[in-house]
Amino acid sequence: MALTREQMAQRVAREMQDGFYVNLGIGIPTLVANFIPEGMEVMLQSENGLLGMGEFPTEETVDADMINAGKQTVTAVKGASIFSSAESFAMIRGGHVDLTVLGAFEVDVNGNIASWMIPNKLVKGMGGAMDLVAGADNIIVTMTHASKSGESKLLTECALPLTGKGCIKKVLTDLAWLEIEEGAFILKERAPGVSIEEIQEKTQGKLIVPDHVPEMVFA
Amino acid sequence: MAGFDKVVTSYADAMAGLEDGMTVLAGGFGLCGIPENLIQEIKRRQTRDLTIVSNNCGVDGFGLGVLLEDKQVRKMISSYVGENALFEKQLLQGELEVELTPQGTLAEKMRAGGAGIPAFFTATGVGTPVGEGKETRIFNGREYLMEEAITGDFAIVKGWKADRYGNVIYRHTAQNFNPLAATAGKITVVEVEEIVEVDELDPAQIHTPGIYVDRIIQGSFEKRIEKRTVRSTD
Repeated sequence: MALTREQMAQRVAREMQDGFYVNLGIGIPTLVANFIPEGMEVMLQSENGLLGMGEFPTEETVDADMINAGKQTVTAVKGASIFSSAESFAMIRGGHVDLTVLGAFEVDVNGNIASWMIPNKLVKGMGGAMDLVAGADNIIVTMTHASKSGESKLLTECALPLTGKGCIKKVLTDLAWLEIEEGAFILKERAPGVSIEEIQEKTQGKLIVPDHVPEMVFA
Repeated sequence: MAGFDKVVTSYADAMAGLEDGMTVLAGGFGLCGIPENLIQEIKRRQTRDLTIVSNNCGVDGFGLGVLLEDKQVRKMISSYVGENALFEKQLLQGELEVELTPQGTLAEKMRAGGAGIPAFFTATGVGTPVGEGKETRIFNGREYLMEEAITGDFAIVKGWKADRYGNVIYRHTAQNFNPLAATAGKITVVEVEEIVEVDELDPAQIHTPGIYVDRIIQGSFEKRIEKRTVRSTD
């Protein structure tokens, strides 16, 4: 069975470490915040200028001056800080954020990522994604393994315009956990009940399958 | 006005000198921390052929979106646009030009512009459409793009409180691009919720020192929320 969005978030959350500063993109990455292990302290960075993003406010505490990078109203946790956009991207570009999780349309065996532009469709912009992928050392891309029509999103070479070049090393799809090394995807884990053959079939780029590929376990 | 007193009392005075073809830097992220009354004043003046530098372009009928209604904007320099139907229409009809710029690069372009740094190198955008035609250099084995600073004829900024000398503080995440825009305008206009007397603000807590600010005006704000998201409290 392919992973649900919640299971994907749960799997990514296992990469968290106590004391991490983390930037979560829109979509599945946002859900990761719900699965941070009990007792672990993680500070969420929102690139509009908030380090220490908290939960959504109540009707009573909604504040137009308090939003996240997705423009949703939010709160700040104890110990949070707020700053300008230049300061925020200094943190990101300067490599101070410990983990970045974001979605993509495609990734390839050379760690290239395409996530912002589909030619002949209206382009809304890259927002902070190019800065995030260029600045972070530890990035996890979350996406479905193949499109609805079955076309692989794990490629020999990205076909869409890039968001960043050679910057992705870890990918979680609904079928597998993969790492990118020396021009290939290494299959590290598979979703429960998903066969290696199915993953091979849906991976267009070079895939290395180790002797033992454990299934992910979810409580 | 006398000495360091930057206070003006009408929006017409606040935007005096704005002319067709000028470049205007605007603070704000989405609809958060936008100089909503200064934008309305630009609409009232019907200034045209403007280049607007702002992370976003408002929504239909609010924020910078209102400047599209009478086609006052020639070019937008932004990281993310298209939350408004009118923007999309004018873009597709070729009435509006857009220069998409990565958000961090956009912030740094303004910061550099205000700090007298004409260009800087960043890894952001290397190997992407953003890097096309730009000078690159290798530092410590990694490729970087040269990005040029941005300055504006005007900067329009939304603050929370300011004193009469133009020292400004921002409230929460309404800070965003505002302090950067404030440094990079030839004429920087700040509208705030409250003007206080000199000496009321703690000097160590000032976000934008008055040296960057030319005009201060007190306004009232709708503060529209783009995506009201709440948790249930049952």
